Amino acid sequence: MTVLLRTEGVHKSFGGVQALDACTVQIDEGTVAGLIGPNGSGKTTLFNVITGYAKADAGQVYLSDRRITNSAPDKVFALGIGRTFQLTRIFPSLTVMENMLVPCRGTRAADRKRAMEQLEFVGIAGYHAAPAGSLSYGQRKLLELAYVLVADPAIILLDEPAGGVNLSLVNQIAGRIRELNAAGKTFLIVEHNMEFVMGLCDQVTVLDSGTVVAAGPPAMVRTDRRVLDAYLGEDIGDDPDPGERT
Amino acid sequence: MTGPDDSPAPATGAALGTGAGTTVRSVLKIEDLVAGYGGGDVLRGVSLDVAEGGITCVVGPNGAGKSTLMASVSGLLRPRLGSMLLEGENLVGRSPRQVLRLGVVQVPQNHSLFRDMTVKENVELGGYILSDRALTARRLAAVFDVFPQIAGWAGQKAGSLSGGQQRLVEFARALMLEPRLLMLDEPSMGLAPKVLRTVFDAIRQMNAAGTTILLVEQNARAGLRLSSHGVVMENGRVRLSGSGREVLDNPEIGALYLGGVP
Repeated sequence: MTVLLRTEGVHKSFGGVQALDACTVQIDEGTVAGLIGPNGSGKTTLFNVITGYAKADAGQVYLSDRRITNSAPDKVFALGIGRTFQLTRIFPSLTVMENMLVPCRGTRAADRKRAMEQLEFVGIAGYHAAPAGSLSYGQRKLLELAYVLVADPAIILLDEPAGGVNLSLVNQIAGRIRELNAAGKTFLIVEHNMEFVMGLCDQVTVLDSGTVVAAGPPAMVRTDRRVLDAYLGEDIGDDPDPGERT
Repeated sequence: MTGPDDSPAPATGAALGTGAGTTVRSVLKIEDLVAGYGGGDVLRGVSLDVAEGGITCVVGPNGAGKSTLMASVSGLLRPRLGSMLLEGENLVGRSPRQVLRLGVVQVPQNHSLFRDMTVKENVELGGYILSDRALTARRLAAVFDVFPQIAGWAGQKAGSLSGGQQRLVEFARALMLEPRLLMLDEPSMGLAPKVLRTVFDAIRQMNAAGTTILLVEQNARAGLRLSSHGVVMENGRVRLSGSGREVLDNPEIGALYLGGVP
């Protein structure tokens, strides 16, 4: 299997906080990959470094064999990495269709047709003329997915697609991801909803304090001692100096 | 110990077993609480007791409802169903100010000191609803007895303290009202592992001085180890409860965090 996206030894700090520490991950082409870890473990920072929203202090990012480290977000997008955001970034006063046309700067009939097809695919075509701000939170997530799809990226990064979304829409989003994956699309998904991640992903990478502590199939990751330690925290015990225990 | 499948649910009487055969009064008694924002329920029938004189620690994965539980108790969010009794007094429908006057004090997750004011001024502000200056002074002295280290920083600007030190000052500020119930929302958030011990020791100090504590904690192991009672929430419900040690040692806790529980 070929590696589509990989990071090598990425470091990123904000002030004194080391958000990513020698972070090395790889995503195989054609897989649905999950990226999990406790709050503050660096998941969104890794997304930001990959997509050019944050600059790596050190380390590299590769798409296929092309080095894309610290490329600007629009360039990364044009190279084939689409992403959504944890808190949806839509233009609330533009219509759903107008939102769709922003990333491709489209005005041609063909762009509208393609945009409408994607809206139909995610199931919100009926709202194409409505202001995007009138959509529910879950529908906004579907809109983000639809406009990422217009660009037909090689890999799609989804930041908490199921967060704050009701169960029937969560299932709808999962169903769309499965269909797209069956057609060959690669995904990297950050998500806290474990049933969603474990049920959907082929491979799961676990971050803790900016470092990969485990990677493998869901069943393996779920029973990994280091993963449990990451989520349950370190027992500081009655040791006089817990700082030495790390 | 009660798990998801082996009901009975946590003690529903006025008293709560401690495992040592003695019974302890509960300061806060929550039953079948349903609460949420907008269209959905976040808490879906939560029942729990906070035993007087103990530390009750609530843990659980993201989205379990821990913060919603705190917001409900403190009056920031009005629950849709269920009851909350503080030593028999109804809390449902009370404003945050009323809840505070009843003696429930919360230390929020994010740092909340006035950085340009001194440590002493910040601590005194904890007593802003006290109208008696002499009482305020007596309380301040009592708080400095619990936290002698803070007395040494009294004249410094709060903004000059480290994150862990600021946390201690926030605790001290909360003690000014001699709370019947002190609620701590993820006090270890954002603190380096070394500082954790200081903060957890401070929680012990407050408890040893007689304060009943409801602790929500992201570091489940450290929080449960510290606590007399432990509760694991997941998806808006209480899934495990027992003594802190029992919950800590229950292998199901991992599955509740990482999925795989039916």
